[in-house]
Amino acid sequence: MSVLLPLEVRGAMVRHRGKVLIGPVDLTLAGDGLSIVIGPNGAGKTSLLKMLHGIQRLSRGELSWACGLEEARRRQAFVFQTPVMLRRTVLENLIYPLRIAGMTRAQARPPAHDWCARIGLEAAATRPATMLSGGERQKLALARALIAGPDLLFLDEPCASLDGRATREIEAILLAAAAKGTRIVMSTHDMGQARRLADEVLFILNGQVHERVGAEGFFAGPGTAEARAFLKGDIID
Amino acid sequence: MSEIGEGFLHAFRLIVGLDPELVEIALRSLFVTLTALLIASVIALPMAALLAVRRFPFRRVTIATLNALMGLPPVVVGLLVYILLSRGGPLGVLGLLFTPAGMIIAQVIIIVPLVASIAHQSLRDLWAEYHDLLISMNTTQGQRIATLLWDGRRALLTASLAGFGRGIGEVGAIMIVGGNIDHVTRVLTTAIALETGKGNLALALGLGFVLIALAISVNLAIHWLSRTERGGRW
Ligand SMILES: Nc1ncnc2c1ncn2[C@@H]1O[C@H](COP(=O)(O)OP(=O)(O)OP(=O)(O)O)[C@@H](O)[C@H]1O
Ligand SMILES: [Mg+2]
Repeated sequence: MSVLLPLEVRGAMVRHRGKVLIGPVDLTLAGDGLSIVIGPNGAGKTSLLKMLHGIQRLSRGELSWACGLEEARRRQAFVFQTPVMLRRTVLENLIYPLRIAGMTRAQARPPAHDWCARIGLEAAATRPATMLSGGERQKLALARALIAGPDLLFLDEPCASLDGRATREIEAILLAAAAKGTRIVMSTHDMGQARRLADEVLFILNGQVHERVGAEGFFAGPGTAEARAFLKGDIID
Repeated sequence: MSEIGEGFLHAFRLIVGLDPELVEIALRSLFVTLTALLIASVIALPMAALLAVRRFPFRRVTIATLNALMGLPPVVVGLLVYILLSRGGPLGVLGLLFTPAGMIIAQVIIIVPLVASIAHQSLRDLWAEYHDLLISMNTTQGQRIATLLWDGRRALLTASLAGFGRGIGEVGAIMIVGGNIDHVTRVLTTAIALETGKGNLALALGLGFVLIALAISVNLAIHWLSRTERGGRW
């Protein structure tokens, strides 16, 4: 059990120019395993993940972790929908979060090399990260997020536009991390992936958590009409 | 037309013969401008990064002011520095008027807004790209600034080179503050102005070609030095 969790969210709302983007959301994130966040485009998946990560200013409500804010920030990581590559080499991208965490360059090098090999980029270690392909960038972003061993990891559609093989590679890394105790919250539009990975499903609609159930229950038959329609591929208003 | 040809010839003779006076003047030009550039960069680059990273009251006004100061007329800067450094002025006791140090002060004032503005524009774009990641990684403000300065180093080099260009070709301020004293504060630009005034057009033109050659060589040298790492996509 991590020092960070449970994460408690109470009455959280995010507004932008008067429009409600998210909320109100009340939820508790505890235990281990992998939560999958699904919902139509514009439903608020990205905004919700950023909010849970604590990098979104709340208009109302609050977020609290089992530890203090400063420590909570250090024990989490986020993989963005469009991965951001630091304008450095692949290896330097992996060293960066470890240096932020206070390691020396000498301490950071071995784990960086290990991760580099693990994501199959050993040969590209000294190449600029901005020259990588989309799939390689996603893998690098994932490795960079995991390298400092976070308690809680958010991923925003990490496999969008990846081929089957790259998707499986990323899923294997995620499952291994989850098995080691990293709590994972991830959004996806790939229902096959949701079935493969999810311990539980959060169905998001109009900025709210519309339904939250165990994966098996959800895929056997969601409780709400909207979620059923979404799974069937209907357009929901 | 023949004057340009003569100027070329003059420049050629001066350079090949390593004319001692020319060498002295050219080295002083380089010394004054490179020193000013170094000081200006140390001030302007972190300032540009701070403006990109940090939100504070009057940030926009500060940036707008900096942009406006890019167009600061060197003659006016020269005049202000002259008043500050002259015997009766607030900094008169330092005795810096008509010295290279005084010229450096004037050039720093001219270069800082230019380098800071250009650097800020590229660092602002880089920050837009990095913002979410660096916030998510829980970086301190100092780490953010250091990251932008390092990852944006190529753009910053370009900004500094623009500052060098403005400094090395500048004549208004250093003429007033330096006084164009032979063997003390005479540099290429003030020598050109002097020779033109005396009607020695060929010599003036020769010095002009030397000035251009110097500016180009420094640019090439710095670009070449910065190419040491492979890839070079940034
Ligand atoms: N910074 C912002 N400013 C204004 N509106 C925003 C901002 N970010 C998101 N929104 C709006 O909030 C809503 C939810 O956006 P969000 O990106 O969270 O959706 P999403 O579920 O991730 O969609 P997708 O599946 O397309 O990634 C959208 O209507 C979007 O336009
Ligand atoms: Mg999204």
